[in-house]
Amino acid sequence: MKKILLALFVQLFILQSASAVLRIEITKGVEGAAPIAIIPFVVKGNIPVNVSDVVTSDLQRSGKFAPLEKQKLLATPTTPEQVNYKLWRVAGVDHVVIGEVSEVSPGQYDTVFRLLDVFKGKQVLGYQFRDTAKTLRSRAHEISDLIYEKITGQKGAFDTYIAYITVERKVGMQPRYKLQVADTDGYNPQTVLTSSQPIMSPSWSPDGTRLAYVSFEDKRSEIYIQNLATRQREKIALSRGINGSPAWSPDGTQLAIAMSKGSGNPDIYLLSLASRKLTQLTRNWGIDTEPAWMPDGKSLVFTSSRSGKPKIYRKSVSGGQAKRLTFEGDYNANAQISPNGESMAFVNGSGNVFRIAIMDLATGYTQVLTDGKLDESPSFAPNGSMILYATQDGQRGVLAAVSSDGRFKQKLVLSEGDVREPTWAPFKNNAH
Amino acid sequence: MLKIMLSVLLVAVFATGCEPNVKPDAGASTAQQPSPQNTQTDEGAQVGGLNEAGASGGQAIAGQEQNVSYEKAAINDPNSVLAERVIYFDFDSDQIGQNYLTLLEHHGKYLAANPDVKLRLEGHADERGTREYNVALGNRRAQAVKRLILFQGANASQVDVISYGEEKPVALDHDEAAWRLNRRVELVYIVN
Repeated sequence: MKKILLALFVQLFILQSASAVLRIEITKGVEGAAPIAIIPFVVKGNIPVNVSDVVTSDLQRSGKFAPLEKQKLLATPTTPEQVNYKLWRVAGVDHVVIGEVSEVSPGQYDTVFRLLDVFKGKQVLGYQFRDTAKTLRSRAHEISDLIYEKITGQKGAFDTYIAYITVERKVGMQPRYKLQVADTDGYNPQTVLTSSQPIMSPSWSPDGTRLAYVSFEDKRSEIYIQNLATRQREKIALSRGINGSPAWSPDGTQLAIAMSKGSGNPDIYLLSLASRKLTQLTRNWGIDTEPAWMPDGKSLVFTSSRSGKPKIYRKSVSGGQAKRLTFEGDYNANAQISPNGESMAFVNGSGNVFRIAIMDLATGYTQVLTDGKLDESPSFAPNGSMILYATQDGQRGVLAAVSSDGRFKQKLVLSEGDVREPTWAPFKNNAH
Repeated sequence: MLKIMLSVLLVAVFATGCEPNVKPDAGASTAQQPSPQNTQTDEGAQVGGLNEAGASGGQAIAGQEQNVSYEKAAINDPNSVLAERVIYFDFDSDQIGQNYLTLLEHHGKYLAANPDVKLRLEGHADERGTREYNVALGNRRAQAVKRLILFQGANASQVDVISYGEEKPVALDHDEAAWRLNRRVELVYIVN
């Protein structure tokens, strides 16, 4: 049986929609991605979203699936009875997805989908949903998540959000900085904040309802927390000097922040959100910044220049000695911990080249995952499968994603301006 | 008096200059500092000319004992040395080049002579490295400038420090020519 091979460095598909602000290009494919046949869903009525196209794009973007191109589909069954398993087996396809979307009443849509296992010769997953025009696209991502989890055993992260910062510069005008939130495929971008002054360092609350970020709107670096549903926001941690690098604790009760308090150097502080009590965690002459929590909330990693150049250290919230974690490269900074707590992504700089590296925290084994010149701001998908980061595409800042093993890469290109500091949101059901 | 002050400053700078902080880019030696006059406010990624006087520039000015006015209105005189208001730095460094010592002495004296004038020091970094680290680096640069300026007797409350990190570049290219213009502290006067 012939394995389907995704061509390296080939642009495989471009999302087409007036509302798509980010364009996604797969820049490095994976040999051995699981072949899957997603039959275009039967459409009854006027349906605002092409559900099977969204599912196809999602599974392709994961790097773990190789959906058959539409023109290469050997058959287009619409019911389980019509599926000729022998045919798909010969074609080397492991799974077939069929479905139907119908407008049951104006603005109400029912979706039925089934996942069929070619080797078992039977249906292994089947669901029916009812949606409005507003929820249908999110539902398509949820279907991708269900398929992904059934086949890989790992929870899917398609039906989540990403936050990022954009900057537009026009001659003779103030730059426009925007904090935006979009679906993971770049659709439905929503502007959370617009400013003529820099916006930085978005951090999701663990329940996904709020963003903490840094805004310079009052000509100082200050931390805000904004509720995404109500749009209400609150300025917090106001001290002289730097107030930056907010990082929400896994239990949602504290923010780790970097504050200089009028001295030359920021240290890491823990701010209790209920009591507003501030606890100083680090204290030394160097720069301490970019805190990130271990998933158990018992310790943090952060960037420190205490040894001269920026390196990553780890320290328990209960105090004690900070332990140095990184020794390779000139410049190690902005660490993020994978959701399972086993690995750490960070920016690794040597000379003028800055790339995303990943370290196994148990063994210290470090691998550089990306090949750009100025790669930064790594952020894990909530299932740990991918790392989103910022890179340069010619003169522009774009977002890119790489699988945690470095085998699969994609680029998310904004239609205009720079995009940077991507931050992948938690799973939606964390809100309960 | 001026010479004593200057030598104290030089000693202070050399003392801090001994730390084993390696500068990865040798591209921006003090002799190649861009001329700030060309670059203060334009966003057009224009690379300024080089200051050929280089590291000896500061001493040359000091040696001339040039007559610098610290009258309040001097800040509006484009021919005054006080019109030079950008200090440039090496990569990942907050060390102030020798060629800026005299300039900062004049700014410090101007501020000391005009207690109602305020100065905002805006620290910046080039795009290399991470964003929050660069905010901290820009802050260190601005604090280093603040220390030298306050040495001339101005009140600490006259000087405010802010760091924008790499968020407000003046040059938008991705090369050393742009980076060296972006590693800077801008002196912004607030004259009532």
